[in-house]
Order: sequence, then C-alpha cells, then structure tokens
Amino acid sequence: MTKTEAIERHLIAVIVDNEAGVLARVIGLFSGRGYNIESLTVAQVDDAVNVSRINVVTTGTPMVIAQIIAQLDRLVPVHRVTDLTEGRHVERELALIKVQASGEQRVESLRIADIFRARAVDSTDRSFVFELTGTTEKLDDFIRLMKPLGSVNVSRTGVVAISRGPIDGQ
Amino acid sequence: MMADQELTGAEIVLKALVDQGVDVIFGYPGGAVLPIYDALFQQNSIRHILVRQEAGAVHAAEGYARSTGKPGVVLVTSGPGATNAVTGLTDALMDSIPVVCLTGQVATHMIGNDAFQECDTTGITRPCTKHNYLVKDINDLARVMHEAFFVASNGRPGPVVVDLPKDIQITPGPYIGPGTVKHRTYRPQVKGDLAQIRRAVDMLAAAKRPLFYTGGGVINSGVQASKLMTEFVRMTGCPITNTLMGLGAYPASDKQFLGMLGMHGTYEANMAMHDCDVMICLGARFDDRVTGRLDAFSPNSLKVHVDIDPSSINKNIRVDVPIVGDVGHVLEAMIKLWKAGIHQCDQAALSSWWAQIEQWRSRRSLDYEQGSDLIKPQYAIERLYHHTRDREDVFITTEVGQHQMWAAQHFHFERPNHWMTSGGLGTMGYGLPAAMGVQVAHPEALVIDIAGEASILMNIQELSTLTQYNLPVKVFILNNRYMGMVRQWQELMHGSRYSESYMDSLPDFVKLAESFNGVGLKVDRPGDLDEAIVAMIKADNTVILDVQVDPAENCFPMVPSGAAHNEMIFGNEKSDADRPSVSDDGMALV
Repeated sequence: MTKTEAIERHLIAVIVDNEAGVLARVIGLFSGRGYNIESLTVAQVDDAVNVSRINVVTTGTPMVIAQIIAQLDRLVPVHRVTDLTEGRHVERELALIKVQASGEQRVESLRIADIFRARAVDSTDRSFVFELTGTTEKLDDFIRLMKPLGSVNVSRTGVVAISRGPIDGQ
Repeated sequence: MMADQELTGAEIVLKALVDQGVDVIFGYPGGAVLPIYDALFQQNSIRHILVRQEAGAVHAAEGYARSTGKPGVVLVTSGPGATNAVTGLTDALMDSIPVVCLTGQVATHMIGNDAFQECDTTGITRPCTKHNYLVKDINDLARVMHEAFFVASNGRPGPVVVDLPKDIQITPGPYIGPGTVKHRTYRPQVKGDLAQIRRAVDMLAAAKRPLFYTGGGVINSGVQASKLMTEFVRMTGCPITNTLMGLGAYPASDKQFLGMLGMHGTYEANMAMHDCDVMICLGARFDDRVTGRLDAFSPNSLKVHVDIDPSSINKNIRVDVPIVGDVGHVLEAMIKLWKAGIHQCDQAALSSWWAQIEQWRSRRSLDYEQGSDLIKPQYAIERLYHHTRDREDVFITTEVGQHQMWAAQHFHFERPNHWMTSGGLGTMGYGLPAAMGVQVAHPEALVIDIAGEASILMNIQELSTLTQYNLPVKVFILNNRYMGMVRQWQELMHGSRYSESYMDSLPDFVKLAESFNGVGLKVDRPGDLDEAIVAMIKADNTVILDVQVDPAENCFPMVPSGAAHNEMIFGNEKSDADRPSVSDDGMALV
C-alpha cells in the first residue's frame, strides 16, 4: 500500500517546555521508531513562558510524516507541532567554513566568497574562515566550490525555519 | 503558589497519594527510599504490599488498575529496584494501563557520579513510560506528584515514573493539593468531532455487512463505555468481535458476539473482518496480531476508527472516518444520532450477512477432541469456566503462551475488568503478580491465574507475598512440560526442531504450594478434573492446581505470520472437501 508512495523531505517545528530531558525525549522518539533526522536545531525562544523550539528536518512517505507529527504531538511536554513544509516558509542555515589554501587558490576562494556574499571572519596567511548564511542548497554549493581549492573544514548549524505571514508563533 | 503547610519530601509524597485516593501501594524498600518507608511506617491511611521482586510490584499494580479502573501505584528503590521495574512499565505502556511508579534516587549532588545503586532511571525509562519526572527541587514535588496521576489516567492511560532523590525526600517543602494543578500542554481531546460521528453513523446505516471491532480502549474508558457499546450493538443488530485486550466489554454469551479475532481468533471473527463492508473500530489499534498481512487486510471495507490517541489512527491501516475522542463520549453521541434519525441497517442484507456468519460458525473452529486418557488443555479451561460461571466475582489473569490463547478462546467474559492479560508486550510472569494485585483490590473475590508451567516460574517468588497477606489466589497451571507456543512455532516453521523449548527440572508444584503454606493439587486424568477444580475453588487458601495436559496439542485456528487474516490453519481439518469456500488468494497460501 505504501510501497509506491514517494519519500518527501519535511521541516517540522516543535514547541516544547524548556525542561531537562525534553530534547532526549524527542530524539529518543525518532531513534526508537526508526524515523530519520537529517538535521536538528534547538534553542530557547521565549524565557517568559520557558519554551524552546526544535526544528527537525526529516524524510519519509506522507503516512510516515503524519505518524511522526502525531507521535510528537502526544509527548507530554510538547505544546505544538507544525509542519512548515505544508505552507510558505523561510529556511536558513549557517555555516563556518575554514579553507586552507595558498597562492592563486587563496585568491580564488576570496572571489567565490564574494559572489556568495560570505564574510571572512578569520584570516591567516594560510587560511580563511568564511561565515555563510542561506538555504541548504546555497551552503552545499559553496562548500563544493571550496573543496578543490584546498583543505576544507565545515561547521554547520542545521536548518531553522519560520512560516511566512503574520500567524503568531509558527 | 500559597504553601498550605511545610512537610518533608517523604510526607509530601504520602499526602499527595492520599489526596489522589490511593489506599494501597506495591513496593520493595531499599536505601534510596528509606525516608519514604519511614513516613509510611508512621501513618495508617496507605497500605503497603511487600512483594518479593520489583517486577511483581509493577504487574500487581497493573492487575489492580485493570480490575478497578484506578491507577496502580508502585514504590521501588534506586538502581536495581528501578531497572527491575522496567519490564512491568513497558508492559503497562503497551497495554495502556495507568500506573504511577515512584523510584528512589541517590541524592541530587551525587547524580552522575556512578554512586552506589545509582542508575539513570529517567534515561532508562524514558522510552518505556508515557512520561517521567526527576524531582530536583522540593518546591516542585507536590505539583509533580499530582501531574503524574493526571498524565497516567488521562487521554490514553499509561505508566508514569517519578524519580525521587533521597535528599529531596528529607528536605522540608510546601504542599499543594491536587485541585490547584492544571496541565500546561497535555490536554487530550475527549469529545469526538460531531460531523465525523455523523458520517460514521450514516455509513453504518447504509452498510450491508457491518461489523464492530472493539478493543482495550473500551475497557479503559470505563464501565459506562462498555454498557453504551452493548446498547448500541444490540440496537443495530450487528455482529461484534473483540481483541484479546477487549474481552469482557461485550457479554460473550450474547449471540451477536463472534468471539475473539486475530492470530488465534475464531474463524467467523476473522472472516467477518475480511468480508465486511463497514468496520467500526472502537478503542482498538489494528495490531499486527489482528491484521495479518497489511496489504490483504479487509481490502473492500470502509473503516471508522474511534480512538483517544490520534497517533493510533492511520498508523498501520488507512481508515476512512477517523474520530479522535473517548469511546464512551463518542458512543453516547452515536446512540443519540441513531435514535434521532430512526436509523436501521438494511434488514434483508443484514439477514444474509448473518446467514453467512452462521455458515462460518458451523465450521466450529475451536473444536478439539477430548479422549479419556490425556487432559486436553481446552477441556481444562472449559471445566474451569463451567465451575465458575454462576459467580459474578470471578477474575482471571493469565501468563503468556498457548494457555493464554486457550483461556481467551474458551473462557467467556460477561463484563469488563475481569480479564487481565499481557497483550502488547506478552510478558511471561505477568499473571501471578497481577492476580495478587486483583486479589488485593477485591479481597472476597475468586481470582484465578491461568498459567503455563514455564511462565509461572518467572515470578514464582510472589507466592511468598500471597502467603504474607492471606491472598487466596488460585494458580491453575496447564502443564505440558514445554514452552507451548514456542514449540508450536518450531513445529510449524522450523521442522519440529525443539530448540530449548522443553521444560526440564520442573518442581513438584504440590510440594511447592505446601512449602508456602498453600494447598497443592495435581491431576492428570480427565475424570479427576472436576473434583480438583471444585476443591481448588473451595479452599480459602492459596492453591496451585497442576493440571497435566496433552503436550502435543497446538493452538488453532492460527493465522501464520505473513499470511492474510482470512488465511487460517486449523487443527480439526479432516479433508479438503470439508473446508468451506475460501477466497482464491487464501487457497493459494493455506
């Protein structure tokens, strides 16, 4: 029945009580039921009511995605679960990319960084650290272009997202 | 929040239990819970049942909960006490039983230090409980205690662990009563959507081959839900089948009852599930024991699914009319709509549907042959039922395996909360402590644990508890000297290679019972069975009745794993010509 359904990528925002063990609970749900986590971010977003927001990127058939949302929703410390992929939303990721290059490759890395509007936040005579914000695809493209120029180390945050329009808190 | 009074943590725990209506807890002491045990000693409102192993405490709490509708309460110590409780907690989670389990923990400043008898209780129990708490601040304790009861009992019931560090137990702090606690995030939906309910009722009225498929959720909803369901099913004239966990919600003697469905369900129940055109699922979860191969499950029916847990809906099987809500509330609305619309199923179609069902029934799929030599296990169950059927205060628990399936098939339950079994997790060793919990809740009742000789050894130490508290539980062992269900699968699927499924070095159960000051009985001839059962019931003492049964008997019908749910194999097949018509797919695979 589900064999011919396509695998989709969904971005789910989970608003939770900011209490010890909540992140472990959400991650335990994914690993315990065999759901996939492509990326995950978490931070406190409102200290007045003490809530955090977890952004998870996951993949699965539509029936699996519906199950993931239902399973998340029934966790006791969860306030709200939103599937941002269902509506118009803004997605961003941040990366710090260290490139060790010299000579012409070093200059080329600066030129490419300029095109991508990446900022150099560290520089030595043999390396740069670039800071880049954008969609996952933009970051992937930049990193791919950096790799032939020298040795590359990457530190990425994972995707954060928010819905477009005025709807409160989603 | 205004503090009513200042008590120590241990006293706050006990006061919270009393305010939650708890009068008995099942537990086992240890270093990390001594302050609570000290407070327990100095009060009289709460009774403590000392078990012999913490798994026994949790299963007893489960038996208590399922037979009363109230949450069962457990108190165990840190480290090994908590880890011994894990099996019982997982069992309660799978079968949706409300249990509040208090665990001791090392002092807050010692957590994470690999201290004596320390373990990461909240980490270990996170996936096997509905929710858990670690109380690190005395000011949170009262609130957490009341919240734990709320979470355990509301929505889909389940086990909740409250981990209590020892220093918190001796620290003084404020107490607040249960009335002042409102949960911020957990608000399960109880009333079903009226438009969906209307759709379901209309669908039922238009059905030609309707069927009710009902489960443990009806029992969890309460006695009123079972009454409403019985009323509605009788009103509509439809056939009804129950899952293992749902037995007793509908009176088994009623002619509209098709028996249990599923892997060892009756032929008529499974066939009706496959061939119906409208399936009303109430408080059941389309478990794999029921569905068989998913792509062949009741392919031509429209399905209504009423469940209080939204994640249960569309989990395995896509349904047409999902209704999230408490089964009792939804049934009330359905009955109102049915009466108001003066609905009636198509009587001619219903007649032919019943005729088809009667034809399936005539297959007599549960039949067996009782000779004069060896006792057949099904016969033992039937005689046990015969000698108890006139009493309303009979409670049955079981262990896990063939005997459990035979008990479900051959014992008949007229009312809910009298059948306690481990369905979802299938925990051997559940029955004896669960019976203990039931007897504690119903001291005057006849409580019988139907067991296998393999299962009964798993928590045999609880015989000591039965003796200590004068709990006259009857242990009815169907002794076939094998792990019956394992042996059956090995016979059917592994060329009868009986690897590690023979029970060697069994104790003399008669002497074992007597060593605990109980009554021991043994029977191995069919003619002696009735007398032994009557003696067992009459004794006002703990009894073990060791019934030696035919070791070769297999449990049928059976939907083999991987088969569709209408593709059953039988024990009493005489020849192909005797088999009623089966669908083409079924013919290819049987």
